[in-house]
Amino acid sequence: MKVKASLSALKQTKWYEYATRFLIGGAITVFAGLVAKKFGPTVGGLFLAFPAIFPASATLIEKHEKQRKERAGMHAGHRGQDAAALDAAGAAMGSIGLIAFAILVWFSLPRFPTWAVLAGSALAWLVVSVCVWIVCERI
Amino acid sequence: MKEILLRMVLGGSLVSAFAALGDIFKPKRFAGLFGAAPSVALATLALTADTQGKLYASIEARSMVGGAIAFFVYSSCVCGLLFRYKWPALLVTLLLIPVWIVTAFGIWLAFLR
Repeated sequence: MKVKASLSALKQTKWYEYATRFLIGGAITVFAGLVAKKFGPTVGGLFLAFPAIFPASATLIEKHEKQRKERAGMHAGHRGQDAAALDAAGAAMGSIGLIAFAILVWFSLPRFPTWAVLAGSALAWLVVSVCVWIVCERI
Repeated sequence: MKEILLRMVLGGSLVSAFAALGDIFKPKRFAGLFGAAPSVALATLALTADTQGKLYASIEARSMVGGAIAFFVYSSCVCGLLFRYKWPALLVTLLLIPVWIVTAFGIWLAFLR
């Protein structure tokens, strides 16, 4: 399947939905820092991969898919849940990239400059995630 | 207080940016990749390496491997349950958060402690 990008999709998201993502994302970053301070980095590190924004994103996808179908005069049925399920399948693939990201940072951060490690590991996350997606599309 | 504010702004901005990328792309399964973007990790690790040192941040990254495996288990369960039972997404995603907690802390107890 071909990947398409459309900036007009950004208009579908309301300002308060962006604000919710910002607040949840900021809150979990603060929370991860506080947990690391209180219980140490081995516990705090777990929360760097906490699915904090995931429930809000899945709910938004479900809502937008339903609205899209209804605007087109179609019965939405379970299309919203199916869209959210597909998003979750993508997130599962992305989490394999997230494992690669964490392993790379773990091994390379003590040896190389922070900015280079984080940029390289983020790129590795993208490459691994897209490769997993391509493999899954072909199966 | 300054550090908390900095974490809030940096974390919120990165999470919002990756989520917006997820909005832009189609098909949904590809866009979903951005739901597992290392947004919180990038913000936290950058600030932690700066304030606590690189070794401390790399220990956090080691534990993050456990959290990321738990994310894989969690999102796979969410996908399976949504496809099978067609329950509301908010209910399923919140109901399964304990799956992430149990998996992450199980890995922590077994390998990372």
